[in-house]
Amino acid sequence: MITWLLCAVVVVGAVWVVSLRNLFRAALSLGLVLVGVAGLFLTLGAEFLAFVQILIYVGAVLTLVVFAIMLTSRATSAEPADVSRYRLPAVIVSGALFGLLLSVTSTLRPPALPGASEGAVTVSALGQALVTTFVLPFEVISVLFVAAMVGAIAVASAKK
Amino acid sequence: MAPHPLLFTSCALVALGVYGILTRRNAIGILLAIELILNAASLNFILFGRWVGGVDGQAFAIFVIALAACEAAVGLAIIMGLYRTAKTVLADEVNLLKG
Repeated sequence: MITWLLCAVVVVGAVWVVSLRNLFRAALSLGLVLVGVAGLFLTLGAEFLAFVQILIYVGAVLTLVVFAIMLTSRATSAEPADVSRYRLPAVIVSGALFGLLLSVTSTLRPPALPGASEGAVTVSALGQALVTTFVLPFEVISVLFVAAMVGAIAVASAKK
Repeated sequence: MAPHPLLFTSCALVALGVYGILTRRNAIGILLAIELILNAASLNFILFGRWVGGVDGQAFAIFVIALAACEAAVGLAIIMGLYRTAKTVLADEVNLLKG
């Protein structure tokens, strides 16, 4: 029941994200989607991922996006409307993609999900896996983080 | 037969994200739509990890979230640099490389 409710919140928020004219409101709807997805993580027994989602997405990424919208709002408010001419082809393409994905995934029958508590992945098991099985992607993503942050500062800094 | 509600949600997130990428003119709006698609990916990772069992799905969901944070930081930095040089954030008005 709570899963259906969260799914409805996520889908409605996602529709708002792509359809609202005001980009600031779209960003706030993205926050709604992110919180809803975190709730879905909780129902799937992934508590750590839910908190990571809230902390990183809602706490950091959404703040960045809101700052960027505010800093560039002079450019957007002067424009007539943030709507492209290609709305009908986009509806056709995304509708076809949705139908294709649904037709593929609707044949999947989930095994009976264990209860939210039993069979849940503990944080210690997740941490163990990150430094043993997944140590190579873990280190690669650390390097990627440094490169991305240095690159972001270099690109956005106001020199010249 | 009806699909699983979480699978329906992730399919809808991907389709809406593609729609947003195709219709938004503002580059920040395109970035928001990409975040929707990345969320669908991590939701699927956790859902199928739950069905299969084990820790792999959640580990990859962590990597997806980390990559999304990098992507947002670099993307917004590029948009800020673009705004400074081209005085616009509309993706279809940027033709600096056209020569």
